[in-house]
Amino acid sequence: MIATLANPLKFMAFSRWAAPALGVVAAILIGWGLALGLAAPPDYQQGETVRIMFVHVPAAWVSMLAYACLGAASFVSLVFRHALADAAARAVAPLGAMFTAMALITGSLWGRPMWGAWWVWGDARLVSVLVLFLLFVGYIALRASIEDEVKAARAAEILALIGLINLPVIKFSVNWWNTLHQGESIMRAGGSTLAPVYLLPLLLVGAGYSAAFGALWLARTRGEVWRRRGASLTLQAALS
Amino acid sequence: MTGAALDMGRYAASVWPAYAASAAGFAWMIIDTLVRARRARRAVETLESDRRARDPKT
Repeated sequence: MIATLANPLKFMAFSRWAAPALGVVAAILIGWGLALGLAAPPDYQQGETVRIMFVHVPAAWVSMLAYACLGAASFVSLVFRHALADAAARAVAPLGAMFTAMALITGSLWGRPMWGAWWVWGDARLVSVLVLFLLFVGYIALRASIEDEVKAARAAEILALIGLINLPVIKFSVNWWNTLHQGESIMRAGGSTLAPVYLLPLLLVGAGYSAAFGALWLARTRGEVWRRRGASLTLQAALS
Repeated sequence: MTGAALDMGRYAASVWPAYAASAAGFAWMIIDTLVRARRARRAVETLESDRRARDPKT
């Protein structure tokens, strides 16, 4: 599958139908999950603010997924000099930055009524997710700041690979340090501690966000392939 | 969905902005992605038609 998609022509043929199909799946899953989430009873401790979890946690999951994809695409591009992998890496960074921003903003809106603070600098989970956002923004800025696209890609790929170290820090920050942020309650040994009435909507919205990310990534990579084709044709026209 | 399910009580000022921020994030990602892809594809189509006009063999 991956080997097939590595061929740009096959990728363009596949993504032409896969991107809208994933978009439809995403809309159904997100709509279904949010409807169940809004109909769920208020939490006995958090009250109605528990509903922020249905948009906050999936955004945080997908922000980490996006960075893992950025790291994988950067690795393939750096090691194998694969142009489509570089296009995919460039395409995923703005999506990752936006999902991370959504996680930070929705988390802050939850933190104000529950913790009494919009932001806590001493919290390792919050700060490591902020670092994730800065890594995405740094990647975008680095690519934009170097005129030579090949050199810009190499520099940004190295930054992306170094930044991978932040993913386990985010994941285990709630175990390694004492933080205000809740500990692991879903992906933990021994099973989820979340009540099923909240777990099902959360998983549906999480799957929907992942599908939406897939659809947007495919569509954005297609746009990047078109942009490069345009640059190549412009150069050919200038030389002829 | 009933109106009661949408009543967030005293936490409405936190819950609805969180949903609005998420919706705005998705709206930006969808619009920016589609506009960029469409613009790039149209540019390629224009360049290819110019090339065909210059050299019909290509």
